Amino acid sequence: MKRYILYITAAALFAVASCKKDKIVSRTDLYPALTPASPDLNADTWKPVLITDPSVFNVPAPDALTSPAYVADLNEIKGYQQHLTDDQKAIIKYWSAGAVLRWNEILRQLVAKHNVAPYQNLDGTYPAPSSANPFAYPVFPFSNPPYAARAYAYVSAAQYDALIAAYHFKKLYNRPAPYTNDAKVQALVPKSDLPSYPSEDAVVSGAAVEMMKLLFPADIDYLQQRAAEEKQYRIMAGANVRGELDAGESLGKQVADVFAARARTDKAGAAIGTPAYWSSLATTASNKGEQPWISLEIPRRPPMLPLFSKVKPFLFDTLTVVALRPPAPYSTNSDEFKKQTAEVLSYSQHATRENQAIVAFWADGIGTYTPAGHWDAIAADEFVKQNYSEVRWARNFALLNMAEMDAAIVCWDTKYAYFNPRPSQVNNIIKTLTGVPNFPSYSSGHSNFSGAAATILTYLLPDRGTKFTDLANQAALSRLLGAIHTRQDIEVGLVTGKAVGQYAVNRAKTDGADGGQ
Amino acid sequence: MIKSLHSHLYKCLLLIACFGASIQHACAQMENDGIMIPKNYLCPGVMYSNSDWKNYWEGTFKRNNGNIGTVNTNMYSAMVTYGVTNNLIATIGLPYVTTHASAGTLEGQKGLQDISLNVKWRPIKFSFGKSTFSLLASLTGSIPASNYEADFLPLALGSHSKNFSARGIADYGYGKFFATVSGAYITRSNITIDRNSYYTTELIYSNQVKLPNMSDYNFRAGFRSKYFIAEGVANITTSLGGFDIRKNDMPFPSNRMNMTTVGLNLRYRIKSLKDLEFTAGDDYVVKGRNVGQSNMIHGGISYIFSLSKTTKTSEQVSYKN
Repeated sequence: MKRYILYITAAALFAVASCKKDKIVSRTDLYPALTPASPDLNADTWKPVLITDPSVFNVPAPDALTSPAYVADLNEIKGYQQHLTDDQKAIIKYWSAGAVLRWNEILRQLVAKHNVAPYQNLDGTYPAPSSANPFAYPVFPFSNPPYAARAYAYVSAAQYDALIAAYHFKKLYNRPAPYTNDAKVQALVPKSDLPSYPSEDAVVSGAAVEMMKLLFPADIDYLQQRAAEEKQYRIMAGANVRGELDAGESLGKQVADVFAARARTDKAGAAIGTPAYWSSLATTASNKGEQPWISLEIPRRPPMLPLFSKVKPFLFDTLTVVALRPPAPYSTNSDEFKKQTAEVLSYSQHATRENQAIVAFWADGIGTYTPAGHWDAIAADEFVKQNYSEVRWARNFALLNMAEMDAAIVCWDTKYAYFNPRPSQVNNIIKTLTGVPNFPSYSSGHSNFSGAAATILTYLLPDRGTKFTDLANQAALSRLLGAIHTRQDIEVGLVTGKAVGQYAVNRAKTDGADGGQ
Repeated sequence: MIKSLHSHLYKCLLLIACFGASIQHACAQMENDGIMIPKNYLCPGVMYSNSDWKNYWEGTFKRNNGNIGTVNTNMYSAMVTYGVTNNLIATIGLPYVTTHASAGTLEGQKGLQDISLNVKWRPIKFSFGKSTFSLLASLTGSIPASNYEADFLPLALGSHSKNFSARGIADYGYGKFFATVSGAYITRSNITIDRNSYYTTELIYSNQVKLPNMSDYNFRAGFRSKYFIAEGVANITTSLGGFDIRKNDMPFPSNRMNMTTVGLNLRYRIKSLKDLEFTAGDDYVVKGRNVGQSNMIHGGISYIFSLSKTTKTSEQVSYKN
């Protein structure tokens, strides 16, 4: 009997060991402290997105280095540094990876949190989130892919312009960092020669919080908490005094106000359309002899943001949106269209585990940061290896995310111009490896987003070769493998996306940032 | 971007994927009852179960969903139990599972689920008058038997974790009546999913997911003779952690999945076919959280025989052992 007890005990120990739970570590937690290869001192000469003259913003001259106020600010740093707790050290480690990076991650998290479609009313209609009453169900916003792409663009572009303005004042006032002025202040992050008034970290958070108040009004508490934590980080790390942070936050907000004013009038608020408009889309398609798209959801949900096509783009004008619209897809009555649908059916019926994995990796559906956020995550993983300055981080994210937003606009214009049905609508035998998005099929949103992102990222990081193009091709293909798109949807989507991305490349070539790279 | 599709692990998946309980209907012994088979006996068997649910809970919000309709799960299990001694038995089980949603477009899944090994040991057994009393320990380990996709709820075949459960069982018999109480703690390993970030209550940048451990309490009582058992069963399963599905969100493997089931179970060894045993039963979820309100029917056939040439068939075999 003892023998059996021994065996059982051994088996139990083995089993427990094999069930061991390692702590889950986000790869983003392992990012190193930002150590810019160059401070990009000429960033005040770079081409901003919206602002024209940084000197119009109110950034008063800083306290003199000999003033009691500055000495008090230095003492605040020394006070913290005398007894830093482990939690405080963790805060320093987290934020030292970079302000633009961390605020982009915070935005991705809020997008994922709010990327849930509203639950239906008892009568089978759907409520719409309201920015006027953001806390009531359905909580505002529903950060679906177009909404999210626009959010990433505004936050990134506002941060970029705010940093350009900050560089203007940094040069104007030329105040050295606290650790340069006082030998008793330790630098707990890599030292920088960049003048420290106003603080670039606070400029970034000020711009981010101000923009996100508009985009995610139900999370203002959380955002302010993160901004306060970041301020505390800069002080604890000896990188900024409080006065530099307050001035930076104020400047960031002032610049964000310029973007917020644009956002309020960019027509995104009307993108949801009206019941009359929704039915007119079907009528238009029917009149052309085409099978119109219908929602596959039960109860049928109105199409997602049909008038997002009218939103004002960043990289070109609204006429260009229509000019970028690809030719019509194969007629739903044509043999070619039937062949396309048959290919989808074949992928549906012969789903391999490998295909499932590709589909899941790129699904970026409900409860995720959406395709634009996925590309931001891909970009961030690469950018951390580049030792960019904060302003270059901001510039590159602005380029990427303006391309993503404009790709969403052009793609949505295409989708609602043609109102093309999903494969599962045409043939209800087609089962899918991921959920069917609630908007027309042609052309694929993933393909547009990915084509645009790969184009600008390949320009920014040419040494990566075909890496981003390969990823984009896989992202696009995943929608065919998942049986929610035809081949023409993804091939045309990639072409259109690349065309949009080229506008970002053209901007990047002339924005003054790549002379010094 | 994805339309709202929802729901959950249905009961049998939860029970089986998590607890390796797929072996439970073999040879009239289960990982959570007080029944053994004699030394040197072998009992192979097959089991079939069919589970349906239409209503489910997102957190505590109960609803149905036109985009999935009714989720149906079929499970075909093969298992074999061996009597190591009269007080120690080992059971291996392997289920093949298919899932199907009656509405919406999501593709049903099929494949081998988790292979499990259960060892049940009865160190204490004594009788006084018409009463018998025994204490048992039951250990179950399971590992996925195929590379199925866990992050495809509600149609995933299981959680794709390695699980280990340790259960203590107390069994009391009085004449032909009995009651059995048991409690188990189930640990579940981290799992690897196909994406490299996911949102729970925060965004996590990893393809590793930490699944909550679970507790499980089982109560069964009824009539038990040498050849026949009729019992009522209640079961309470609780996730020791995890998060709620938000309204209209997708389910996720690390959700807080709780359920309380009640059921009936019959087992019968036919005297004229002394070595053949038939099992049938039904379990219904009366209360749940982040799971489907499933009804599961199950049935099984097993065959018991002695490996020893000197022992005659199944005379020693009894539910009242």
